[in-house]
Formats: sequence, structure tokens, C-alpha cells
Amino acid sequence: MMETLNIILLMPEIFIAVMAMVFLIFGVFQGNRSTDALCRAAVFSFVIAAYIILQTNWDTQFALNNMLVVDSFSSIIKLIIIIGVIASLGLSVKYLHQERISRFEYPVLIMFAGVGMMLMVSANNMLALYMGLELQSLSLYVLAAFNRNSLKSGEAAAKYFILGALSSGMLLFGMSLIYGFVGSLDFMTIQNTLSSLEAIPPGLTVGMVFILAALVFKISAAPFHMWTPDVYQGAPTGITAFFAIAPKVAALALIIRLLYVPFVSIADQWMQVLYFVSIMSLLFGAFVGIAQSNIKRLFAYSSIGNMGYALIGLIAGTEAGVSSVIVFMLIYMIMTAGSFAVILCMRRDGIAVENISDLSGLSKNQPILAYIMAALMFSMSGIPPFAGFFGKLFVFNAAVDSGHYLLAIIGVLASVVAAFYYLRIIKIMFFDKPADLFDKEIDVEKRIVLFLSLFFIIGFIFRPLFVLSIAQNAASSLF
Amino acid sequence: MNFPPVLSIMIFLPLICAIMVAMVRGEKGDEAIVEKNVKHLSLFSSLFVLAFGIFTYQNYDATITDFQFVENYEWLASLGINYHLGIDGISLYFVMLSVFLTPICILASWTSVKKRVKEYMIAFLVLESFMIGTFVALDSILFYVFFEAVLIPMFLIIGIWGGARRVYASYKFFLYTLFGSVLLLLGLLTLFSQVGTTDIPSLIANPVDAGLQKWVWLAFFVSFAVKMPMWPVHTWLPDAHVEAPTAGSVVLAGVLLKMGGYGFLRFSLPMLPDASIYFAPLVMWLSVIAIIYTSLVALVQEDMKKLIAYSSVAHMGFVTLGIFSFTQQGLDGAVFQMISHGVISAALFLCVGVVYNRLHTRDISRYGGLVNNMPIYATMFMIFMLASVGLPGTSGFIGEFLSLLGAFQANILIATFATTGVIFGAAYMLLLYRRVVFGPQGNKDAAQMSDLDSIEKAILAPLVILVIYLGVFPNTVLEKVTPATSQIVFVYQDRNVPDDMVENSDGIIEVETQDASVSE
Repeated sequence: MMETLNIILLMPEIFIAVMAMVFLIFGVFQGNRSTDALCRAAVFSFVIAAYIILQTNWDTQFALNNMLVVDSFSSIIKLIIIIGVIASLGLSVKYLHQERISRFEYPVLIMFAGVGMMLMVSANNMLALYMGLELQSLSLYVLAAFNRNSLKSGEAAAKYFILGALSSGMLLFGMSLIYGFVGSLDFMTIQNTLSSLEAIPPGLTVGMVFILAALVFKISAAPFHMWTPDVYQGAPTGITAFFAIAPKVAALALIIRLLYVPFVSIADQWMQVLYFVSIMSLLFGAFVGIAQSNIKRLFAYSSIGNMGYALIGLIAGTEAGVSSVIVFMLIYMIMTAGSFAVILCMRRDGIAVENISDLSGLSKNQPILAYIMAALMFSMSGIPPFAGFFGKLFVFNAAVDSGHYLLAIIGVLASVVAAFYYLRIIKIMFFDKPADLFDKEIDVEKRIVLFLSLFFIIGFIFRPLFVLSIAQNAASSLF
Repeated sequence: MNFPPVLSIMIFLPLICAIMVAMVRGEKGDEAIVEKNVKHLSLFSSLFVLAFGIFTYQNYDATITDFQFVENYEWLASLGINYHLGIDGISLYFVMLSVFLTPICILASWTSVKKRVKEYMIAFLVLESFMIGTFVALDSILFYVFFEAVLIPMFLIIGIWGGARRVYASYKFFLYTLFGSVLLLLGLLTLFSQVGTTDIPSLIANPVDAGLQKWVWLAFFVSFAVKMPMWPVHTWLPDAHVEAPTAGSVVLAGVLLKMGGYGFLRFSLPMLPDASIYFAPLVMWLSVIAIIYTSLVALVQEDMKKLIAYSSVAHMGFVTLGIFSFTQQGLDGAVFQMISHGVISAALFLCVGVVYNRLHTRDISRYGGLVNNMPIYATMFMIFMLASVGLPGTSGFIGEFLSLLGAFQANILIATFATTGVIFGAAYMLLLYRRVVFGPQGNKDAAQMSDLDSIEKAILAPLVILVIYLGVFPNTVLEKVTPATSQIVFVYQDRNVPDDMVENSDGIIEVETQDASVSE
């Protein structure tokens, strides 16, 4: 291993961080009327960052004295995150105006969160991991409270912050235990030390479990999911969309790297933990979701359940499993972006409505919106020929291939239960009597997100290899 | 011989036509013209697909036992999952059934569907595409994609255009079938991980070990039994049938139920022979219970559609009975029974639809004496009713007779019980017919109803012809089916089945010619 800075590898992160600071200064002088321009500029910055990533060599390289790593896995996940961030920026431009919370901090905070997420997936050292995670989390806490005049938004932010701080504490505690036993925070050193140990000291396992618990909190898997419904419901919808889309991918990618690089030789230990977490998430997501009447809460439970599926792929412990998780997360992210575009369209007389029953008879009033939503819901419940089916197919295939039949059976049965609430949305849109009209105008950004997500979930079946081979490329760099 | 890719054309043509239908637009106030154009375009599309179906049928070579019109392209190549299509004697007829019933469904909805006509027609065209795909797919994952995708248009058809309890019925239909389907998926993935391929012919050629077969078989069984439907998981069917619009019932009874039987014939039997033998008694007893129990339930129904729905469960019982006898006659009978039931039950639901459109009730007691004011209707209804009972000379007889013949060779006790179902079948169908068509004209509005109009005649006439033709010349079907089924039977010949259970395949031809001559 070379002891070099290799700072050139961090160009995308540095670029976005610098731009964010420039925007901040610009915003301070120009005030809130610059928000729209800054949002566009932020999208543009992320596009440039994506371009830089595409131009870099994806062979495994280390930067900042092994603190960070750039390989095909991190590059591809960063690209996925950038897509998600751009989608959520697009979704909320108009929304911020409508809710009169169009402040220039919004694009800046999103960009900092973006940098945090990109650093997370590149982390090759526990400290780098912590720094990236906290940069992201602190931005998210502030974003949750973005509508500072709303009581709910404040409540959501407080809950998120307190529980998030608790999980950060657990993360640090776990890291210190690992450091105590291994004597290093470097992923490679931990991996080598662990694989040379004959017996795993219990304290080490405890440390690993603490770290895992903290990260499971970030992806909102049960039993650390409590914050999700409240934050989803309380935060301004445009920001909920951001929460639902990008950070989960980053946190899951972080878990993947952590499990398959430093902790790969204690797979027996972490598999038990994830087994439990996965089953809990599947059941919680499926059953509790049925009782929801608020559509944002429903999507919170849906995301809990979907994390359960993603973890099934991780438990498989194979390269195919990891690539299935990447495909699953990409598809899930795109479906969520589309669904939130529809939720953001749910406005009557300029006021956002959030009850599932407000969608009543949408197929009469706005047929195209209703059909897109129906396709998204069928896709979410994993019905072919939509992309959502393939996400689940790859995950279950990995699980069955590695002999985890019980997990696969619980997974498919949970998907039947969860299908009930996705169907309910379709039922309300298509079978029920029309309610009052939604505001007709849909801005261009939402249209683009809606049609791109629809195009993706329908088009996936024709070229499934396109996505799958990218994911396989990403997974191969971890093995 | 090289053919154009007819199977792909038949799958994608309805989809393309559905997109075209979606694009039919008009000025404000032109709704009637738009509706008319939509109907004509859909009918034309479905007839176009039917033409391709007939072309396939004409060019199908009965002397080749292997799959024909094969198309094999890479799809998910890194997993080894391919876009592999092909048909044999079994799937040929299910494809024909799908392409034949879709134009009839569209015609049957010509005047009865009044709201959202465009969406309705699109749903049927998409449904047709998925149905054909299910029967021609030769890759198990591809099969699964179509098998489950069928739920989407059917769910919407029941839910949007259905009756009073449509929401309950559509949920029940969707969730029951989905529950079975996901287990089927796990079974398929298990086979995939063991054998390393999802290609159906390769899976048939490489059976897994007997212990694993049982688990996979059970997973398959849940799915196909729900779809079939077999007792005790049949309860979604009466609800779905009663609430679905007429054309929805037609396609549900005519094609969707056959997917279960097709699944048994394509997956369970050839891929899992040891497990199939092990579980055969279970299936046969369930079939007998289905036949007797649902026949008795049918006897007391007051709702016409519900009665026919329960009779469908009973008739499907004969199919499973025939399939799990593992004999040439039984399998031929099962396939024939499915084809014949597809035509007859479709026709019966259309007959119910005819009177429902006039009186808007399915209550049997609201009718009576229709023979006086609707003589043509009474005649056609009688032909279908007798075919459903299994009168010799109609297609219903051949299917039931051959299935029972197969069952008798496998287990005399079970077959004896099952045969009583034929009597019950006659009882409830004759009772239905007597109460609706004969008797006093107690209800004034029922006595006022007009006889069949030209569209209704055009729908029912081809079905009458088909029912009688298949009853008199069953060999036109069997000569193509037998080569395919004999391959399945062949697998069971050298297993530990008692010798007297398996006849040589020549016997069947003699039996058939006798039938034909008797009924002529």
C-alpha cells in the first residue's frame, strides 16, 4: 500500500464541497430569491461531479493515506446517489415555493449531504466513515426542520436528531471497541487482523454489533425504525422525498463495504444480526403499513419493508447477493422518486393533502398521473413485468442460491402482505368515487421525474442486463 | 422449416394495438365516435392476432413431438435466463383458446360496457398478450413473468367494471393468486440453483433428487392449485366470477383457470416425477372432494354466475384427476377437458350475460319461461348446458370420459366417487335450465325480453359449432395433444407405478374412434 495523498481521486467531492460553499456565500448576499438559480446550479454541479466520476479510472485506488478508497463499487454507488440527489432537487424546486420555504440554504444543505454520502461510500477507515456519516446526518437534521414555522417539522427534526445522536454514540462506542481489540481503524488492517485471529473475542463482536446497530438505524430497518414514520410525516414532503431516495442507498452501501471488507471473516456473527433485522423489517413493513392512512407514513413503512429485502441479498453473502442488492436499491430509489413525484402533486387549492383517501378517483380526474402511480405501485409490490419484480427476483435468487430458504419464504410472504397496501392505493385511485380535483398544473421537473421513472420501470424488462452488469461490476471490486 | 417469429408477434401485437387504442382521440363532444373507433380498432386487432393463431395452427406439425416455432434469444444472459419461446401440442390449444376468446370478449362487451371503454379494451388486449406469453414461454422465469403479469389487467377488469362487491372480489382474486405465485417463484429459483438453468426443456431433462422434489412440488402445487382452482382454495373463484363483467368471467373461466392445469402439465409432472407420484393420492382425493362438494354447493345456488363458477371448480376437478392418473387417457382427457371447458364455460357465462344485460339481475328466480319469448337463446343455452353436463356428441363428454378412464386405471375407488359428480353435474345444470328457460312466466319483465340480437348470435354461433365439432371429431385435437402428453406418460412408465396403470399409447386411438362413431 502506497502512502500517498492522491487527492485527485477526491475531485468530485471537493468540487461539490467548494461549490456548496460558494453557493452559501452567494446566497447570503443575494437572499432567498436566488434559491431557484442555486437549485439549478446545484443540479449542474452534481452533473459535473458525475462526469468527473465517469472519467476517472475505476480500478481500486487509495487516497489520503488509505483513509478513502475509490473503486468501481464506490464510483457506481456515487453515481446512483447523484441521480437520486438530482431527482430530489428537481422534485422540490416548485414545492419550496408552494410552501413558502424557498430558502437558499436548501440547495447548500443538500449538497453537503451529498458530499457526506459520497465520502461514506468511499470510506476505508472508521474515522472517514464517521466523518462522512455525520456530515450527511447533520445536514439531514437541519433539512427535517426546514419548515421552521411548522410544529410537525420541528418535532420530526427533534426526534430525528435525538435518535440520530444516540445512534452516532453507539457507532463511536462500537468503533472504540474495535480499535481496542484490533489496534487500528483502517479497514484493511481490521480485515487482516480478524482473519488471523483463531477465536473472536466477545468484545469484538459486541463492537461490531454496535456499529451495525447504528448503521441499521440509518437505513431505518426494524427494530431501529421508530423515527422513520414520524420524520417522513413531519418533514416537508419535498425533503421527505430526499430522505427516502438518496441517504438509504449511501448507508446501505456503507454497510456493504463494512461487512465485506473489515468484517468479512466474522460473517457468521453479523449474519445472525442481519437475519433478525431483515425478518423484523419485512414483517413490520408489511403488517404495520396496512394500518396507515397517511401516504407519507405508508411510504415510511414501505421503506422499512424494502430494507428487509435489501438485507436478504446481503445475508446471502455472495457476490451475486451484493450485486442483487445494488440493483434492488437502484430500482427502489427510482420507484420511490416517482411515487414522491405523485405525492407532491397531491395539492388542493394550493394546500398539500396527505391522506391516502385524497387520491380517490384520481383515474377520472388525472388519468395519466393515476396510471403512472398504478404502475409504480404494481412495481413496488413486485408484480412483473415492472422493474420492481426483478429487484426482488435477484434478491431471492441470491438467497435461495446460498440456501437461505426460510428467509426467502418470509420475504415472499411479506411481499404478499405488503401488496395489500399498494393495491389499496390503486383501489382508491381506480375503484372509488372521484373526490375533489387536485390542482392540475404539474411543473416540468416533476413531469421529467415521473416519466423517467415510468420509462425505467417499464423499460427494465427489455434490457435487464444493462443495470445488472453495472451492479456486477460494482460488486466484483469488493471480492 | 423457418417461420417468421409468430409467437413473438402474437405476444407483442396486442400490446402494440393496445398502445394504438390508447392513442385514439377526438375533439370534445366526439366521445361516441371515439368509443366506436376504439371498439372497432380493438376488434380488428384481436381478429388480426386470431389470424396469426390460425396460421400457427395450420403450420403446426403434429408428427414432431418436440417444441415448434422455437425462438431463443439472450435476455438475462449473465444468469442464463433466456427469452425462449416454443409450443407443443398442449400449449398450442391454450394459445388458440386465448386468441379465439379475446375477440369474443370484445364483441360481448360491445354494448354492455358503457364506462371507460378505451381502458377496458386496452385491458383485454394486454391480457391477451400476457395469456399467450404464459403458454408459449419455455423459460421458467419468463413463464413466471407472464403468469403473474396476468393479474394486473384482470384485477383492474374486476375492480373497475365489476359488480357491487367488486373491490372485495378483486382483492381476493389478486392476493390469493399472488400468494400462490410467490411460492412458485421460490420453487423455480430452487430448481435454478440446483440444476443451474431456468430453461424448461433442460429442467425436464435433469430432474433433481427425490427429497428436494417434494418441497419444490409443494411450492408449485400451492400456486397451481389456487389458479386451478382446487378445493379448498377455490373460494376466490365464485366471488371473482360473480363480480367480474361478463367478458371478464369468460376469459377467467376460459383461459386463466387453465394456467393451473397447464402448470401441472408443464412443470410439476415432467420436472418432479418422484414427488408427483408421491403426492398423487392427495391430489386425487382433493379432486374428488372438489367434484362432489362443489357440485352439491352448485345445487343450492340462487345466483346464475355463482352456480356456473362452482361447476367450473367441479370440472377442474376432473382435470386434476386425469392429470394425476399418469395415464395416456387421463392426460389426454385432462387437456381435452380444459379446452372443452374453456369453450363451454365461456359460452355459459355469455349466456348469463345475455339475460343479465336485459334484466340486470343474476337471480335465477327472477327468470322463467324464457323459451316462449327467446327461442333461439333457449336452444343455444340448451346446447351449452348439455355440453357442460357431458352429453355424448358434445365436447364435454370426451373430456370427462377420458379423464375418468384414466382415473379408473389409477384408483377405482376414487374414480367411482368422481363419477357421481357427473350425475350431480346433470342435476344442477338441468335444474338451472329448467328454472330459467322452462316453467311458468312468473315475471313480467322477464317475459318481455327480446331474443338474441345479431351480435349475440355472432358471438354464440362459433361456440356452438366448436362444442359440437369437438364432440364429434375429438381426434382433431387429440392427434396433436397425444404426442406431447405421451412424452410425459413415458417418464412415468419406468417409475415405480404399477404396470396396470399404464396403457400403451395405441389404445387411445381406438377408444376415440368408437366415441366418435357412437355420437355420430
